[in-house]
Amino acid sequence: MSTAAVALQLIPSRPPPVATEGVLPWLKRNLFSDWKNTLGTLIVLAVLVRYLPPLLNWAVFNAVARPDNAACRAIGHEGACWGVIAEKYRLILFGRYPYEQQWRPLVATTLMVVLIAASCYRAFWKPWLIGAWVVVLTAFFVLMHGGVLGLTPVETARWGGFPLTIMLSTIGLAVAFPLSVLVALGRRSRLPGIRTLCVLYVELIRGVPLISVLFMASFMFPLFMPAGWSIDVLVRVQVGIILFSAAYLAEVVRGGLQALPRGQVEAAASLGLSYWQTARKVVLPQSLRLVVPAIMNTFIGTFKDTSLVTIVSLYDLTGALQLALGDSDWRKFFLEGQLFVAAIYFVCCFAMSRYSQWIERHLNTGTRRK
Amino acid sequence: MIYQIVAVLLVVAAGWYLVHNTLFNMRARGIQSGFDFLTQPAGFAISESLWEFDSSDSYAKAYLTGLSNTLRVALLGIVLATITGTLVGIGRLSRNFLIRSLCTAYVELFRNVPLLLQLFIWYFIFTEFLPPIDEALQPLPGLFFSKNGLQYPIPIWATGHLFMVAGILVGIVASWYWAKRERRRFEATGRPPRVVLPALGLIVGMAFLGWLAGGAPTALDIPEKTEITVGGGGAVTPEFLTVLIGLTLYTASYIAEIVRGGIQAVAYGQHEAAAALGLNGMQETRLILLPQALRVIIPPITSQYLNLTKNSSLAVAVGYPDLVSISTTTLNQTGRAIEAISLVMLAYLTMSLLTALIMNLYNRRSLIRER
Repeated sequence: MSTAAVALQLIPSRPPPVATEGVLPWLKRNLFSDWKNTLGTLIVLAVLVRYLPPLLNWAVFNAVARPDNAACRAIGHEGACWGVIAEKYRLILFGRYPYEQQWRPLVATTLMVVLIAASCYRAFWKPWLIGAWVVVLTAFFVLMHGGVLGLTPVETARWGGFPLTIMLSTIGLAVAFPLSVLVALGRRSRLPGIRTLCVLYVELIRGVPLISVLFMASFMFPLFMPAGWSIDVLVRVQVGIILFSAAYLAEVVRGGLQALPRGQVEAAASLGLSYWQTARKVVLPQSLRLVVPAIMNTFIGTFKDTSLVTIVSLYDLTGALQLALGDSDWRKFFLEGQLFVAAIYFVCCFAMSRYSQWIERHLNTGTRRK
Repeated sequence: MIYQIVAVLLVVAAGWYLVHNTLFNMRARGIQSGFDFLTQPAGFAISESLWEFDSSDSYAKAYLTGLSNTLRVALLGIVLATITGTLVGIGRLSRNFLIRSLCTAYVELFRNVPLLLQLFIWYFIFTEFLPPIDEALQPLPGLFFSKNGLQYPIPIWATGHLFMVAGILVGIVASWYWAKRERRRFEATGRPPRVVLPALGLIVGMAFLGWLAGGAPTALDIPEKTEITVGGGGAVTPEFLTVLIGLTLYTASYIAEIVRGGIQAVAYGQHEAAAALGLNGMQETRLILLPQALRVIIPPITSQYLNLTKNSSLAVAVGYPDLVSISTTTLNQTGRAIEAISLVMLAYLTMSLLTALIMNLYNRRSLIRER
């Protein structure tokens, strides 16, 4: 026997759900959800009220935007002198490159940056992209060095600024990456001789700071060469950067190789693929994809590390800044120039890290669930 | 097989060729070689050091001084960067919007600008924006902050302090015994062990007792301001401050990301399981969250410590007398490039390999025990 449940009275309506959209609920959820949260908000607000106005006064309200030395000196450290950038930007961006010829590094760098940006899109990942790289790199060196096509030669000692930073990092990574893949494969090779060589190389380089590698390139390397030979210091430093970042990249790539299940290699072997076929068609495509974020991190690191060439007296972006603001009229306004250069580095590195996140999602479309 | 014989032979041949060239060049240019210069007087002064150093001391002592300066800034930097990085990393997961965005902004800003440039910026701020020493800032009584660096009070050494140190040692031994006893009791009765707070109490209490037993010395050497300068107390130079703060803030931004990643790596089910077992917030953090997060966090954080130590070599750019800076001066004075640079590389390599060794031991201990 069953009894039917019947409500004899009207059930009172429930209160509407608490609003979760709009400004006030957002504020409550994110800033004042409980007393700890509210305390945090108040502390941060107090700090901002204390320190933000002086900072804004310095950076905006008291700032001098004209390249007017007298006005800058009059305001002193009460306001920023952004005019220093307008005054010195050519020296900061192009270093000691001859003034009338500076269109050449400008064109060369633009070509390079456009190509790098284009290489980021999958639509351009076609065989002709390699050709484009060869063409652009040649054009870069022709433009920078001159001596052909009626361009006045400019010796490498006068190259500097942003073009040098871009060159050192792009060529550094372009050469270091294939090298690092070989070293990583070598480190996992079954041949003890090759494995030992690769382990020694990676551990030696990773154990010392980049600056000592650069010192070695600039002071010790000339002694290694046969008498009468000399290699340009720029090339030596470039080789130093390549060897250094290749060691770090090799460890990243090795991480990817280790993460690949053994079954993949065994399956390739049972299909009768040779060692290099296995590496090229089975192992590398899968394992490199796994370590894309780490590879991009190393790329960003190398880009930042090129600033160290300043210490061995090359005038890259950081070095050119020291050069540009060295004169006594403007040296009190170093900070403004430094912030300008920091902003350039920040934009480049931030773009790279955002691209890394995008490419990670993009490459995972095949394996991602959902 | 043939490949590797060829490869090894090639490397050996290239190495022999380079050595041959080097020897030839050095003979041709009349460059002397060997490490005998280490015993000669250095002939330069070092602006700051843990011990007395003057220009008649040997190059070997100069190198040791440089090494001590590197280690001093690196160790202090590691401690500060760990604290800052952990706080910021936790802050990035905060429910509070302001804290979260501030921490994110900090991480993005400091990670994406080269360390060298950051050092230049800090150095410029410390030497240009701070007041001269006769108008030194005084954020707290006894602390003076000026273009000459930071001056702070230090206790004057008295025999009483020796008792305090002894007290700390006694406290450490006592808390070790306490921890052992607690573990035994936990295994016997299942009562959760209390270790951290009692141990802290023991150490601090013993130190306090030792200090009292030593006659409670309270004399402090406080820097004092006169008309033109600030004298007395302990002091650090703006170069040291630059390197310390630059390294700390840069490395902390990396550590923050590692800490955040480690905390997020603990699966949400672990939190639910802890709640189902009836653990409270503290217990959950201590017993469930931390052991699992630390296993993810510690290996990359060690490599950040190594990076910090290696990055301290950038001190040469602002004139802090670290190992690299001393070595560069030596190189310029003696012309022995190979010896000067290899000494630096040897020092860093030793530090790296030692750390790697300790890390491998730790990793072996903390591995998840699988079937």
